[in-house]
Amino acid sequence: MLKAPLKNRKMKIIVCIKQVPDTTEIKLDPVKGTLIREGVPSIMNPDDKGGLELALQLKERHGAEVTVVTMGPPQAEAILREAFAMGVDRAILLSDRKFAGADTLATSNTLAGALRKLEYDLIITGRQAIDGDTAQVGPQIAELLDLPQVTYVEGISPAQAMPLASTPEGIVFSVKKATEEGYEHLEVAAPCLMTVLSSAEKPRYMSVRGIVEAFDKPMTMWGFDDLDVDESRIGLNGSPTRVARSFGKTMKSAGSVHEVEPEQAVELIINKLREKYIL
Amino acid sequence: MLTKQQELFLQMIREFAEKEVKPLAAEIDETERFPSETVEKMARIGLLGIPIPTEYGGAGGDNVLYSMAVEELSRVCGTTGVILSAHTSLCCAPILEHGTEEQKRNYLPKLASGEWLGAFGLTEPNAGTDAAGQQTIAIREGDEYVINGSKIFITNAGPAHVYIVFAMTDKSQGTRGITAFIVEKDTPGFTVGKKEKKLGIRASATAELIFENCRIPAVNMLGAEGKGFGIAMKTLDGGRIGIAAQALGIAQGAMDETVRYTKERKQFGKSIAAFQNTQFQLADLETKIQASRLLVRSAASKKDRKEAYSVDAAMAKLFAAETAMEVTTKAVQFHGGDGYTREYPVERMMRDAKITEIYEGTSEVQRMVIAGNLLR
Repeated sequence: MLKAPLKNRKMKIIVCIKQVPDTTEIKLDPVKGTLIREGVPSIMNPDDKGGLELALQLKERHGAEVTVVTMGPPQAEAILREAFAMGVDRAILLSDRKFAGADTLATSNTLAGALRKLEYDLIITGRQAIDGDTAQVGPQIAELLDLPQVTYVEGISPAQAMPLASTPEGIVFSVKKATEEGYEHLEVAAPCLMTVLSSAEKPRYMSVRGIVEAFDKPMTMWGFDDLDVDESRIGLNGSPTRVARSFGKTMKSAGSVHEVEPEQAVELIINKLREKYIL
Repeated sequence: MLTKQQELFLQMIREFAEKEVKPLAAEIDETERFPSETVEKMARIGLLGIPIPTEYGGAGGDNVLYSMAVEELSRVCGTTGVILSAHTSLCCAPILEHGTEEQKRNYLPKLASGEWLGAFGLTEPNAGTDAAGQQTIAIREGDEYVINGSKIFITNAGPAHVYIVFAMTDKSQGTRGITAFIVEKDTPGFTVGKKEKKLGIRASATAELIFENCRIPAVNMLGAEGKGFGIAMKTLDGGRIGIAAQALGIAQGAMDETVRYTKERKQFGKSIAAFQNTQFQLADLETKIQASRLLVRSAASKKDRKEAYSVDAAMAKLFAAETAMEVTTKAVQFHGGDGYTREYPVERMMRDAKITEIYEGTSEVQRMVIAGNLLR
């Protein structure tokens, strides 16, 4: 963690990313009722990619060193190469059999164990992963590292009067947080953690040069011995969550979208409700 | 078998094509509007300098990646594919391969970054396949050449800033009297003439180049005097990889549409994909598409390895272009009446496919190249 003001050094941002199956491509086995995972492409989790885009924009506007960290099997290297091709400076893969079978708490413990070994002003995670939808890992990391956190971030807006200020105490971020009613503008002192929505900014495409050079960049691999974490708190043993049962959702009909004037919309809705004998 | 780098590139270019290029394809075909905004987006991620070394501002990639880019763009929009192909193969490549160090430093960074778009002017009203019949002339006067004449059917003419232009510097020498020049857009005496109305690739700018006492500095000569014909032929060898990739992409795009359509369309109580006639025809077409892809990638990787690839490029272009024409024509047939309407993209793909049998050497020229090598 870093508390020093920005003078004479680069801001350091760490983005935690996760490789997930592209759930938009997953189909149900009609007989067994289970998910067919074979042949489903793996992608960088969309909220994480939104967070990475915000980090890269901060880098472009204010100068920063951006590091991505992921926990996963060796194949997770793919999203780290993708992150290199988008413009990150450093990538760390946390991979060890001891990490396997982790629930969100054990995952957060593992990630925190890596983050304790790194310097940062800002940690960014996605709000949630599309394969689990728990939205727990970001907040858990913040608690484990005792950091202030802002969830549901959509922007670290440059339009703000003080987008990024360096006070004698350190950096202050001005943050746009989405709420159910609208937005809140918050200021938060570094070091801190933010969980970001995929709707924050459209992530950039990997550049061609980035792709060409992505596989020549050194990727750091860390196993259990490289982390600052208790073995009882990680992997399957560190996971208090047990999945009792999995079952499919009953399908609702897709509904229909009508783009019409309000008057016509009222008429359309009333007719539909009458059609179904609700009115 | 793709390398991890190629897989990552495919992931990017597919997403780019689907999200940025496909939504415009029908509209720009209908209105014949050059898609400047797409070219800007392509420039931003480095697509306009894929095989250009990083020292000249390019991405430092290779011709296989470049052919994959043209294929994937053409899969959703044939016009966008040829804009990239003409720029890269016909303008950047000859400067990279035949330019002086000063020419490379002057032109490649701006071309590779997409600040400037490139074009190539060889064809004339009386010099098509018989490119030696050049009537455009360039006469040396001191430190300048004065160019007079005209070129037709020039891709990217208008939007392009840099044109590789061929002219006779010594008529008595025949093909050995042709010289290549780099001409910039705003040079006095150089204008872009009538824009063609075409059957396909309708949004690509295809126009005439007119030279009336156009004076260009002698340092803009590309290669030595009298070496233009060789430069043109070598450039077209490379260009054929791009056009073969374009044809391949168009064929693949028509196949994608046909697979989707034949699974959904029901006749006689079942999807038309359930008929063996459909299945056998699709199997044959898919096999030809994959064969085209292997020919394209093989020619591109030979170019990357600096091996002779002229015959490979001719075979790739011949086979991919004829496959594109066959696949798109049958795609329209599979779509029936729907396929003949502009509600579905396959009629556009069929119109776009035809040009791949004609430009940068007709299919007949490709057969001449292949047979000529065989029987020499």
